[in-house]
Amino acid sequence: MKRWRSARAFLIWGALALAVGVPIAAAAASEQLAWRGPVYILAGFAGIVALGLVLVQPLLIGGYLPGLSAYRRRRAHLWIGGTLAVAIVIHVAGLWFTSPPDMIDALLFASPTPFSPFGVTAMWAIFIVALLALLRRRLGLRLRTWRIIHIPLAIVIVAGSVVHCLLIEGTMETISKAALCALVLAVTAKVLIDLWRRQTPRAESVARQ
Amino acid sequence: MTRVVLSRRNLLATGGSFVATGVLATGVSGLLLPAHADGLAPTQSMSGGANNYRKGAAIVERIGKGGFWMSGTVRRAGDGAPLAGQRIQIWAHTVEGQEHEPQSHGATLTDKDGKFRLEMPQIIPIFGQPHGHLAYDSGEFKTVFLRPVMRSAKETSLEAHFVLQPA
Repeated sequence: MKRWRSARAFLIWGALALAVGVPIAAAAASEQLAWRGPVYILAGFAGIVALGLVLVQPLLIGGYLPGLSAYRRRRAHLWIGGTLAVAIVIHVAGLWFTSPPDMIDALLFASPTPFSPFGVTAMWAIFIVALLALLRRRLGLRLRTWRIIHIPLAIVIVAGSVVHCLLIEGTMETISKAALCALVLAVTAKVLIDLWRRQTPRAESVARQ
Repeated sequence: MTRVVLSRRNLLATGGSFVATGVLATGVSGLLLPAHADGLAPTQSMSGGANNYRKGAAIVERIGKGGFWMSGTVRRAGDGAPLAGQRIQIWAHTVEGQEHEPQSHGATLTDKDGKFRLEMPQIIPIFGQPHGHLAYDSGEFKTVFLRPVMRSAKETSLEAHFVLQPA
């Protein structure tokens, strides 16, 4: 039993490392990098790392990563949320430096590229969640209230990030990118279903009958 | 005319760049069917078209080492008459430089049929789309900025068509 558990933990952590690591490695091998400046490259990878962090967040909160206590999971979720906000700042700042008019168009929702509004919307949702998480105690938000605010914004973040990423033609390799996006969607859906089931045990028992 | 735009393959291939396709279709069909040229509407500037523009790029034989062809036509709104000797400025993020860098910019003139063609380095995706920029900005007609998108980053040519109206 114990051996099975540690094997399972190894597989889950290994799968996570692959899901995040393979797209990053594939992007690092992209020939596009040869024609980009260092700041543009940094901005691009900040975006890819951010997508990886968007996968880790629901995994932590859903308790799917073995070997972590509830307390550590919550602390990690908080810190990774902060890191995600920083990654987005680096992404946007780097792109602004690379081509100011293109970034300004994107931020003003006036960009010709169809993926930009999805990314900018997700960005604002990330900033709002990060700010509210910082102020949560001061505002006296209870868990229930916090969830009512955080869950819809989390859905916006996930959906916006995935669409943004899939529509971009850049350094990311297509299949590893699609796989990472599919995982992000699947894990988020699982967390939402689990949360909903926990909150409405009756619905679950009815469904079982 | 709309057949080009609505074909499923075309629509899928071009994705979000339907604006570019629309302009392309208008330009091409206008040339093929001169009868339709009557009342030809002027081309509108595309959003983001003027980004990283450098006014007054020099007329060149070729931008950089070449290998990629940018071509198109310039016609007059209304009757669709070809406009000769019009200066078209072209720039893009290429294998030889970023969009804002001077060596990424160049200009060319239309021939007697209103056609232009300029060799430039291979365009590569920048800001998530492989695209080029073109400008008519000489004063006689209203300024137009275009931003056509390539169907694939592997393509080695791109077209854009101008229908100009008096300034």
